[in-house]
Amino acid sequence: MIVAKGIHTFYGNSHILHGVDFSVAKGETVALMGRNGMGKSTLLKSILGLVSPKQGSVTIAGTDMTGAQTHAIMRKGIAYVPEGRGIFPNLNVRENLVMAARPGIGGRRDWTYERVLDTFPRLAERLDNMGNHLSGGEQQMLSIGRALMTNPDLLILDEATEGLAPLIRREIWHTIRTIKDSGIASIIVDKNVHVLLGLAERHVILVKGRIVYDGGPQALKDDPEILKRHIGL
Amino acid sequence: MDVWFFLIQALNGVQYGLLLFLVASGLTLIFGIMGIINLAHGSFYMLGAYTAYWLALKTGSLLAALVLSLPIAALVGFGIETLLVRALYKRDHLDQVLLTYGLILVFNEAQKLIWGSDVHAVAMPAVLNWSFPLTDNLSYPIYRLVISAVCAVVALGMWWVIAKTRFGMWVRAGASNREMVQALGINVKLLFGLVFAIGAALAGLAGAIAAPVSSVYPGMGDSVLILCFVVVVIGGVGSVKGAFLGAILIGLADTFGRVLVPDFASFSVYAVMAAVLLWKPKGLFA
Repeated sequence: MIVAKGIHTFYGNSHILHGVDFSVAKGETVALMGRNGMGKSTLLKSILGLVSPKQGSVTIAGTDMTGAQTHAIMRKGIAYVPEGRGIFPNLNVRENLVMAARPGIGGRRDWTYERVLDTFPRLAERLDNMGNHLSGGEQQMLSIGRALMTNPDLLILDEATEGLAPLIRREIWHTIRTIKDSGIASIIVDKNVHVLLGLAERHVILVKGRIVYDGGPQALKDDPEILKRHIGL
Repeated sequence: MDVWFFLIQALNGVQYGLLLFLVASGLTLIFGIMGIINLAHGSFYMLGAYTAYWLALKTGSLLAALVLSLPIAALVGFGIETLLVRALYKRDHLDQVLLTYGLILVFNEAQKLIWGSDVHAVAMPAVLNWSFPLTDNLSYPIYRLVISAVCAVVALGMWWVIAKTRFGMWVRAGASNREMVQALGINVKLLFGLVFAIGAALAGLAGAIAAPVSSVYPGMGDSVLILCFVVVVIGGVGSVKGAFLGAILIGLADTFGRVLVPDFASFSVYAVMAAVLLWKPKGLFA
């Protein structure tokens, strides 16, 4: 689905990513882990063309998309739930969903407005509320629902459970699991490592812009030292 | 000064206000959504007026001239956005003002080269060249009513597009979070180019439809531009609803200022602006 090779990204003079190789297979769930400021969000933004890497290539669904514009990259079947949720405050819930609607690659229309509202009944009660009049949990559901409206093959979730109450957090995880089971690939960035160990098929750990671990969950469970050293758990 | 006189001036004021709204709505949208201060917006008004004058001569039909001058203004607007303005989104307003002020000079010079410095009248279509009798000796020109009606329909259509369509949702979303709109697979550069083109087309339409009433003359865009900035500031920068109210207010203030206090005519508009800003420093709908 995504193959990124040798990504080097700078913010001004600071070198953030040092030649990162990162890939996601079709239908695969990948956990992207690491402490704050290690380059997780920057890696995602580099793949999506929201920041421009100095070096490296990005191939999406078999097409070279290096240096392509963000909207063209997204139309290859990618949906993005950004850190901070990115809800449009001046659009109501219905508009936040409807504006994003499009068929997926090959014309799939699995996710409709009705199905998104069935998945998040709480949103159905708040259709006329503006984006900035929602609770954090509702905004998160809206952000995920909006991403699903694009019928993606890959869903990118950056800190989707951050700052949410435990009950809502559980609800979000439950939804993410349902999405995974429906065959949609995902990249998940989250602080909740134990949930990720039970959910993702592959784990990638970034330290100071370099990949220090790329493999399945079993090795991380067997050797807790790895997580302790790189993530501090 | 009787009620008929008052009514006629009120109609004139509203008609002028609606016309100003067509120009000011583009100005406020382009600033509110793209963050661009476009001093050359008045030039699109002039462009519309001159292309209407020229096309009316060539085709012999004002309606054909009106219809044709719309896509011309839109294309010129789209070209300017794509080739010049696009490079300045991330620069500060001073750079934008420099570029678009330079564009005013270019447009004014081009106008003189192509059409000369004379004032030209534009013939009114015969079907619309009559007046609606009000009293024995007072009547109201039907063409002015047509201007009002066309502007009102366009304003309504604009409200519908912005409030009800997906295109309008993208435009509003782009105003609050450009990056996220792109991340949903929407081509924001193209979207902004289209908004700019639509703004230019609306200003061009205003210039074209007003041409038979105002005639066409060099620099005609400049005074409209200044009034439109007053309208945008009164309405609250970026607010189309505000621009509508502001435009009607300024249209009435300008018209009644001219007839009631002719010595202070050019002052009346700014008096209204000062009063509104004292009451609401950020404009009516900021």
